[in-house]
Amino acid sequence: MTSRRREGVAGETLRFRYDGRDYEGLRGDTLAAALLANGVRAVVRSGGLGRPRGIYASWTEEPNALVQIEEPFPEPMLQATTVELYDGLVATGLGGRGRLADRPDPARYDAVHAHCDVLVVGAGPAGLAAATAAAASGARVILADDRPAAGGCLPDTGETVDGVSGTTWAAGMLAELAGRPEARVLPRTTVFGYYDDNYLVAVERREEGAASRERIWRIRARRVVLATGAHERPIAFAGNDRPGVMLAGAARAYANRYGVLAGRRAVVFTTGDGAYDAARDLAAAGVEIAAVADVRRDAHALDEALAVAGPLAGTEVLTGHVVTGVGSAPDGSVASVTVSGPSGEREIEADLLLVSGGWNPVVHLFSQSGGALRFDEELHAFVPGEAAQAVEVAGAARGVYTLAGCLEDGVATGTRAAEAAGFRVPPHPVPAAERVTALPSGRLWLVPADDYETHFVDLQREVTVADVMRATGAGLRSVEHVKRYTTAGTAHDQGKLFGVLTSAVVAHATGVEIGDLGTTTFRAPYAPVSFAALAGRDRGMLHDPVRVTSLHGWHAAHGALFENVGQWKRPWYYPRPGEDMETAVLRECRAVREGAGAMDASTLGKIDVQGPDAAEFLDRLYTNMMSTLKVGAIRYGVMCRADGMVFDDGTVMRLAEDRFLATTTTGNAAAVLDWMEEWLQTEWPSLRVYCTSVTEHWATVALAGPRSREVLAGLAPGLAVDAASFPFMTWRDAEVAGIPARVCRISFSGELAYEINVNAWDGLALWEAVVGTGVVTPYGTETMHVLRAEKGYPIIGQDTDGTVTPADLGMDWVVSKKKADFVGKRSHARADTSRPDRKHLVGLLPEDPGLLLPEGAHLVATSRLPEPPVRALGHVTSSYRSAALGRTFALALVSGGRERIGERLYVPLGGDPVPVTVTHHVLYDPEGARRDG
Amino acid sequence: MLLIPCPWCGPRDEAEFHYGGQAHVAYPADPAALSDEEWARYLFFRDNPKGRFAERWSHTAGCRRWFTLTRDTATGVFESEAGA
Repeated sequence: MTSRRREGVAGETLRFRYDGRDYEGLRGDTLAAALLANGVRAVVRSGGLGRPRGIYASWTEEPNALVQIEEPFPEPMLQATTVELYDGLVATGLGGRGRLADRPDPARYDAVHAHCDVLVVGAGPAGLAAATAAAASGARVILADDRPAAGGCLPDTGETVDGVSGTTWAAGMLAELAGRPEARVLPRTTVFGYYDDNYLVAVERREEGAASRERIWRIRARRVVLATGAHERPIAFAGNDRPGVMLAGAARAYANRYGVLAGRRAVVFTTGDGAYDAARDLAAAGVEIAAVADVRRDAHALDEALAVAGPLAGTEVLTGHVVTGVGSAPDGSVASVTVSGPSGEREIEADLLLVSGGWNPVVHLFSQSGGALRFDEELHAFVPGEAAQAVEVAGAARGVYTLAGCLEDGVATGTRAAEAAGFRVPPHPVPAAERVTALPSGRLWLVPADDYETHFVDLQREVTVADVMRATGAGLRSVEHVKRYTTAGTAHDQGKLFGVLTSAVVAHATGVEIGDLGTTTFRAPYAPVSFAALAGRDRGMLHDPVRVTSLHGWHAAHGALFENVGQWKRPWYYPRPGEDMETAVLRECRAVREGAGAMDASTLGKIDVQGPDAAEFLDRLYTNMMSTLKVGAIRYGVMCRADGMVFDDGTVMRLAEDRFLATTTTGNAAAVLDWMEEWLQTEWPSLRVYCTSVTEHWATVALAGPRSREVLAGLAPGLAVDAASFPFMTWRDAEVAGIPARVCRISFSGELAYEINVNAWDGLALWEAVVGTGVVTPYGTETMHVLRAEKGYPIIGQDTDGTVTPADLGMDWVVSKKKADFVGKRSHARADTSRPDRKHLVGLLPEDPGLLLPEGAHLVATSRLPEPPVRALGHVTSSYRSAALGRTFALALVSGGRERIGERLYVPLGGDPVPVTVTHHVLYDPEGARRDG
Repeated sequence: MLLIPCPWCGPRDEAEFHYGGQAHVAYPADPAALSDEEWARYLFFRDNPKGRFAERWSHTAGCRRWFTLTRDTATGVFESEAGA
């Protein structure tokens, strides 16, 4: 095994397996650093072209080295450059797509909501300086940094601050922040989204042993300081995707931070001075620098300086030269580099090609915040322009590239941010660093060639300059269009390194200035985030609240199957051993029609409406008159939206002159309360009315069937239950089974029926007493649906869809003719609501009495389908088997339906349309004879 | 996520609110007196400006009060914190 570790580097040895081979690394390595230390150069094969690819960068900007973690838990699409090595890691290289885990994730994910005065993103020199300055004021400061350790690029460059190593200085800054009670430091935390009103979202990868694996931070900040640094920029040249081609700064980082040499003999290809620092460090570490190809023709000053002393003494500097080709070894990695320039063309033997095309400030979050970018002609880069939110940018993120400049900028920016948030910052010293002067950088995006088929501008998506030129040749001019046409910049790295280069190539090809062309839009997330982290604890049972009634335990213990109605669990039916759903429901239906049944109706919405103007208020909202209701009586009512369409229905009981209890459908309770509040607050604030949800205060047992009176009489000996004393649509307070109860005589089945309401905590005792009589069969929502449909009672939201008026439902009787106005009344007088071809609620009887029509099926006029388009006359809204009718039946909304009663229509179900007969929507006991028992 | 200045509770996350559309569209005093077109205008027609827009919000997950704010729809910035 080849060790590429610098001499003297030691630490805890960790074993890992990559692509089926065993290796060793050191604690503190990333997987990428450990692979390079083991001499692994081609780490993946590209997905489309199958070209070998190496490690290109040293952190989250890496375009190539995607891996699948296999152990301890399968995770796809991680970057080898950011995965911290641990003992027992098993990973494979990914060319393209990863694989999701085949087992449940045992880890926990969490979320934190936080507020602060100043959020500093990035703990490099500028961010640390900004955070310590701001925190000195007493402001609440959060410093979030995506690396495991603070310092930003300092461990990569080995520079010193205040006379000590950068790492030592950074540790000192963290210690200072730890002494500030209002400051919080979040390492391994990537701020990936910047939204409205300084709302930023970050993901924290927590250390082993923490209570959760990852945590999402949702941070609202008064001021934001972005100290996100800069990415080194690649250059487009032939073969720029070969393993061994690497950013100069990345090779420097591997040497200084991890003690790993990325090669033995290197050629440097640069447009500026930065790469010389990298070359100097690599030379000092033992890498032979074969030559420096500097695109600047006036770099002679450097040439002379280099010749004098230091590790680069004697290194050949080829000014005005570019790389025009890369020769490869059998494994596809770099074996030689061809340079061309004024001295002609030369092939230089090397296994490493260090590239530096200048630097791009990391403007992603600034751009996400709505800030404008501008192209700086001296830096040859897009830098932050005018801000749209309370945000400032410090250091390399705004194009300040010297360490001394970043420290100075950080202190100034952190001070400004804290003061803008209302704090006073005491005089704060600027940490000292060596001042250097640099020659102006050259500008080179693209090495001209005859053939651009291996000049890559997106290594992951495998897009070349030739592809971009095909796009511009096809007439595309916008970078957004070229991005979508070529897919450049759409991979996991979202073009972090190559995006600006792609813009430059488009500008070059279309003959415009890159500053005028701009970049593609920077969108969240800045780096990939797992769905598990975003979901946090909102999964499984915690995904959405589950509401159950006080009788739920009984239902579950007695084998009920449940139906979801909104967030409620309602008993659907109670199968006995050997029964399927159909048999059970037919049995339950028969029990109610022939004996007595009980249903848990506790989920119906209940709103207490009180106040001197309560009756007037209900008159305005319901289509019918509520003010004439007597205390002790109950009325069924319908509410419409202003457009005249039915919105909800239910009963209203008058408890006192100034007090009503309105019930709503189970799923619509919150919407009805909101609706009442909206009208009270925004249109009728003069009405003295208070609305309170009391849904969960009550348990309600519906007792229905011809024997229900006898059952109630037995349970409530003090209550006069005869029809004259306790008429239909009235309520009485009484003791039922010894429990204080409010008993209503209402029916949703057409049978003699009661609804017994008790305190929720007495619900189970009441239910057990009712069922304990031995003559009452528990029934569920399916039976309730069948029974109400036999009677033609619509379910709002099932038999209606927001386009249905009370008249369409055949419920003119529920619409007051006397009231001057109610919500929706004016709409009932529109021409559209009286059209004769409106859809009416009707009944359907399939000619085959055993055929159950599917709900949602369409109705047509002819037995053979004509050529499309076919006009549908309506659709089936409810469909059941009826025990009482001894056959199937359905409800439907049918155009001009009431005029079609007796007609034969057809339902296309795949084969020949099946015939059905249109009937009145009330199919059972149309004269209402069973209501009084 | 917008930070919405509730006049009763102070600035709160957008997720606590329900949007109520254009403000100052009053329920007509006498709907019966309106022509079909005038009634349709009340029911169905709303402005959709780029720029200043007075709109209704309800702090549904907080104090449950309705209030009116003016917002620049291009920038998302609220103009005043006073309710109406």
